Amino acid sequence: MMDRRAIIDMKGIVKRYYIGKPNELEVLHGVDLKVYEGEFISIVGPSGSGKSTLMNVIGALDLPTMGRYLLDGFDMFDAREDDLSAIRNKKIGFVFQTYNLISRMTALKNIELPMLYAGMGKRERTEKAKDLLRMVEMEERMYHKPDELSGGQKQRVAIARAMANDPAIILADEPTGALDSVTGRLIMDIFHRLNREQGKTIVLITHSNELAEETGRIMSLRDGLIVSERKGTGRVAAG
Amino acid sequence: MLLGENIAMAFSAILSNKMRSFLTMLGIIIGIGAVIAIETVGNSVTQTFSDSMTSMGATNIVVGVTQRKEEKVKGSESGLEFEGRRNEKIPEESDFIQDYMIEEFEKKFANDIEYVMMSEKLGSGTISVGGNTAKVSVEGGNETYITNQKLELVAGREIGDKALKGGKSACLISDYAVDKLFKTENYSHAVGKTVEVISGQKFYDFTIVGVYQLSDTGLLFGGNADRETTLYTTLGCVKKHSHIQGYPNFTVVKSADMSKDTKEFRSEIQIFFDRYYHTNRIFEVTTSSFESMLEELTKTMSTISTAISIIAGIALLVGGIGVMNIMLVSISERTREIGTRKALGATNSSIRLQFIIEAMVLCIIGGIIGILIGVTGGALAATQLMDAEARPSISSILTSVGFSMAIGLFFGYYPANKAAKMNPIDALTYE
Repeated sequence: MMDRRAIIDMKGIVKRYYIGKPNELEVLHGVDLKVYEGEFISIVGPSGSGKSTLMNVIGALDLPTMGRYLLDGFDMFDAREDDLSAIRNKKIGFVFQTYNLISRMTALKNIELPMLYAGMGKRERTEKAKDLLRMVEMEERMYHKPDELSGGQKQRVAIARAMANDPAIILADEPTGALDSVTGRLIMDIFHRLNREQGKTIVLITHSNELAEETGRIMSLRDGLIVSERKGTGRVAAG
Repeated sequence: MLLGENIAMAFSAILSNKMRSFLTMLGIIIGIGAVIAIETVGNSVTQTFSDSMTSMGATNIVVGVTQRKEEKVKGSESGLEFEGRRNEKIPEESDFIQDYMIEEFEKKFANDIEYVMMSEKLGSGTISVGGNTAKVSVEGGNETYITNQKLELVAGREIGDKALKGGKSACLISDYAVDKLFKTENYSHAVGKTVEVISGQKFYDFTIVGVYQLSDTGLLFGGNADRETTLYTTLGCVKKHSHIQGYPNFTVVKSADMSKDTKEFRSEIQIFFDRYYHTNRIFEVTTSSFESMLEELTKTMSTISTAISIIAGIALLVGGIGVMNIMLVSISERTREIGTRKALGATNSSIRLQFIIEAMVLCIIGGIIGILIGVTGGALAATQLMDAEARPSISSILTSVGFSMAIGLFFGYYPANKAAKMNPIDALTYE
């Protein structure tokens, strides 16, 4: 495993808020995390453990106060705001609990958005978006707006959107949190398929131990520190 | 990011909230509409006026006897300057510009003038031929004056040089009058006939040498059943009957290759005639030209449109603030969208651009609606109320489009910048 390339390489990540103010708050106390290419890992922890903050740092939505973070070889230490935008655009595919699709746009246009920001031409963009919709079996709904889709369908569109610029990593934050268990299962199956068939690196952030068990590696976060790391089954539990 | 994509996104955002977008645009619509309407009226009136003036010779100078603004009081019995109410006085024969003055004028300015036109109206009268009557107004003019009427003869010939110089009673009469008098459309039938004009208690004889076509033929057979048309004769003939010496005014046509400008030439004319009139306490000779009238009209119009523009500017300012306000509301409503876009890789500048373009599109749509309303309203007002040809001002239309873009840019920048600077995490978790 060690000879594989690390997509995420974090060492001693500290994140503080309200620096220099009386209510200064340290949320992450020095997190070390390595995620290798093609891995499907999960980060679990109760609320308040710093999961969201860690996800924001991993996803280049926020910079750590201290520590070293290499994302796909790019050192986040010297990243400026526009660099972060480019990283989010090209290296990271976000899947949110609340889908965060733009309600005025059709499924197809939503998927095109990251490619639009990447400066891809219209024809190519539409072509690729259609392919991605096919991949999540949503091609017959491409001209539907999010309001006309069910929760599971929205999440499938969101996964297709996350895949748009062929990112180095998919960052899924409670992707089944708003779905019933049957639909949630479908979504998890898509992640497994992406990991297995396309070798996509996936980081799943969840509070559900059951879902975490399905992944290859489980990192437990508590009070801003990774307190345990264990192997998961990497398989869908029977039944 | 491509401009086209941004514009498409702007339209979808604007259309997703039609009522609100329309209300926001209203300020812009009213502002731009008002300016364009006024500009259209102004432009139509000035252009129509200027066209008709040009066809009549815009550079012609009319020299006429007018009442002095302040009466010369030297020699008044009281010896006091009096500033009474200025009584309108009508110039009498003794105040008129006399033939010898015109002759001397022509001699002195021989290089500057092409010719002068003089005319005199004898008055209105009626012609009777075998129980048929036609109303005419008798007008005599010198050769150039008659030529300048640009009459189109349908029968007969012009009043010849000889007749003009000799003051013969040859005349040109309208086809309308011939039709009334002789009940024929064979106008040459009238040529050579002598007609008698009864005006007041007087009778004047004229010999018809030509029949001219009334220019507005539309009115010939419909409309006024009994129209008065002009009977043109020689100046000498009119003078013979009226016994009036001199003219209340005459027209100077500048020489085409005169190097002086009209203003300069007019002041020279003024000085020239002041010599004759310095003893006249009540009247003086002043000059006017269509050019100066046109200038004055344009000046008045531009004063009016400046005033309206200021009011419209205030409307646009209020409209712009409305745009800014609604953009701020829209941005706060779409905070999660902004957060999402940022998570998907939108840079600050592309977010800023998106919202600026949205504000500009909003304003441009408002501007275009305003222009359409303004042009329609202005054209209607010009044609229906002012009897002018509708001439929307292209330059003000272009300016308006530019101006509404500028409003969008100016009032959209602050909200757009606010959106651009949002923290993506806060925006994503915004409830």
